[in-house]
Amino acid sequence: MAEFRLPKNSRITRGKHFPADSGASNIRKFAVYRYDPASGENPRVDTYDVDMDTCGPMVLDALIKIKNEIDPTLTFRRSCREGICGSCAMNIDGGNTLACTRANDEVEGDVKIYPLPHMPVVKDLVTDLTNFYAQYASIKPWLQSRTPPPPDQERLQSKADQELINEPAACILCACCSTSCPSYWWNSDRYLGPAALLASYRWLVDSRDDATGERLDELEDPFRLYRCHTIMNCTQTCPKGLNPAKAIAETKKMMVERKF
Amino acid sequence: MSNNDRPLSPHLSIYRWPITMTLSILHRATGLALSVGLIVLVAWLFSAASDDASYSLILAALDSVPGRVCLIGWSFAFFFHLSNGIRHLVWDAGFGFEKHQANASAWFVLVLALILTTAFWVLRP
Repeated sequence: MAEFRLPKNSRITRGKHFPADSGASNIRKFAVYRYDPASGENPRVDTYDVDMDTCGPMVLDALIKIKNEIDPTLTFRRSCREGICGSCAMNIDGGNTLACTRANDEVEGDVKIYPLPHMPVVKDLVTDLTNFYAQYASIKPWLQSRTPPPPDQERLQSKADQELINEPAACILCACCSTSCPSYWWNSDRYLGPAALLASYRWLVDSRDDATGERLDELEDPFRLYRCHTIMNCTQTCPKGLNPAKAIAETKKMMVERKF
Repeated sequence: MSNNDRPLSPHLSIYRWPITMTLSILHRATGLALSVGLIVLVAWLFSAASDDASYSLILAALDSVPGRVCLIGWSFAFFFHLSNGIRHLVWDAGFGFEKHQANASAWFVLVLALILTTAFWVLRP
């Protein structure tokens, strides 16, 4: 059952304000969700005044600047800073995206930064992705073949077959899509979510994979696949421009078509 | 450290609703409203089949200002649920999943439902 209100320990309280140095003229406000598990206090939203004249263009640049120069306790994940690792996925300006590929200029007004929605918070912008990764593992994201590989070469595909898996294989598992999905918010214990289902689709359409039937059997469940109600938040928010909603629809079609 | 006392990150309150999400929840809300409306429809038919007094009572209730507001609401619910239902059928057939298509069809369905509702009340005999 959907629980729309945040639990008591999760309600956000007023945070601190960190004013900029008096010399700064080009100031932008960054409102950032903070939670410190050691404090025993509820989460809060702190506001940082950032001097944009000495700040890089991306939201991640601003976060790193805040951590380096204003508040070293601010915690977030980041690694590649070029949109390929998926570590810095968070909710910026009301949408899930990667902090490293979202420019500060793309946001109007104050830059509001929250962790990925409806997830357990470890600290500040770091969420617990254990369940998300377990769901990915549950779709068996590897090649299952009944035949031995050719002795002298790889398992080859036609160009057309390869193009089928091109887009779904470009997913970086940042979790932006799954945590943007209201169906996933209310049923993440039973609904696999768009990311895992996109990964599943990548193997369903792989011409070298022989486990299509078993993979579909695993999804034949009121929740795992069919909790997708075509809300489209996943496709709207994907920072890589992928289309999980379409992959899920294609999977639903395969479910029907295999009955005839 | 125990995992159970971790706070839940905010969701509905901070998410910027895309038009497709708004229509999705509206589809559910109108579906719910229509099931309630069905009871009223049955009550109206039932009273028409029984006697004069109960029929004029229902008619008076529906002809009052709150009654008319409800009827207009139900007519919009009907036209919206119908149009968006067809949008879902098109999706189920596998079409219209690109971002620009989904956004365009959302606005189309919303405007169409408003036009049909207006036409229904303006053109009624």
